[in-house]
Amino acid sequence: MTKVVLPELGEGIEKATVSYWYFKEGEKVNEKDDLVELTTDKATFNLPTPCSGTLSEIFFREGDAVNVGEVLAIILDNT
Amino acid sequence: MEMEVFDLGLIDYKNAWVFQKETFKAVKSRNPRHALILCRHYPVITLGRGVDRKNILADESTLVLKQIGLYEVERGGDVTYHGPGQLIAYPVFNLGYFKKDISLFLRYLEEAIIEFLYDFGIKGTRLAGLTGVWVDNQKIASIGIAIRNWITFHGLSVNIKEADLDNFSLIKPCGMDIKMTSLETLLGRNIEIDDVKENLISKFKREETNDEGSFARVRRGN
Repeated sequence: MTKVVLPELGEGIEKATVSYWYFKEGEKVNEKDDLVELTTDKATFNLPTPCSGTLSEIFFREGDAVNVGEVLAIILDNT
Repeated sequence: MEMEVFDLGLIDYKNAWVFQKETFKAVKSRNPRHALILCRHYPVITLGRGVDRKNILADESTLVLKQIGLYEVERGGDVTYHGPGQLIAYPVFNLGYFKKDISLFLRYLEEAIIEFLYDFGIKGTRLAGLTGVWVDNQKIASIGIAIRNWITFHGLSVNIKEADLDNFSLIKPCGMDIKMTSLETLLGRNIEIDDVKENLISKFKREETNDEGSFARVRRGN
């Protein structure tokens, strides 16, 4: 099981808003695929998928604000 | 800093958007290391991810009549207008060679614009919490970027020609009641965009702060 965590984004940025999930819960994902797009101030950015597996749970929907360090989703490894 | 400059001249928004994505792929494969795309657009309204459609004040028929395109794009920010009187720069930079810091990159873009304005004796300023560059509380430059795998695209527009400012009345720029200004307005004389491009390009020098890019290359066994 791998947690997808919102990393440090830059000085003074404490949170970001989920703007787009590239996959739905239950779908297969591959390492390095774009997983989720987030928005902060005047920038959008992506989080790539940390490992291949199944996107088992999404904790924040599009439009939700997420704090740095919070878990966005869980990926179950295929192994 | 190794940076390839592409000057697309006056180009349709969509074509420049495609070019940006192609350039992004090239930078991702590390050839070139960084790129800077300069261009001007035919009149167009773009909607960033933070858009509230209420901020498009003109109705669709007005936009059709004025032949103004409308695109939803992947950059941050709300609604903005681009026209041929603006100088646009799309830096496609690999932030892997710098500090991976989104706010630092936004401040860097503002600094490039402030230094550009300084060449003309104009003091541009930042306003806390409002990304962009301002002169006496009027906005002269707008910023909206996208970052994928720490490579940037989209970028900034600087209002150069006064005649182009009228079309900002079609929208509520960035969702705020903002008065826009231009380089021509501030200087009170005609400015040709071709004459000021080099000034802007010269402001995009940046010292690389880490060698993560080449480290990644080593790890891949090349």
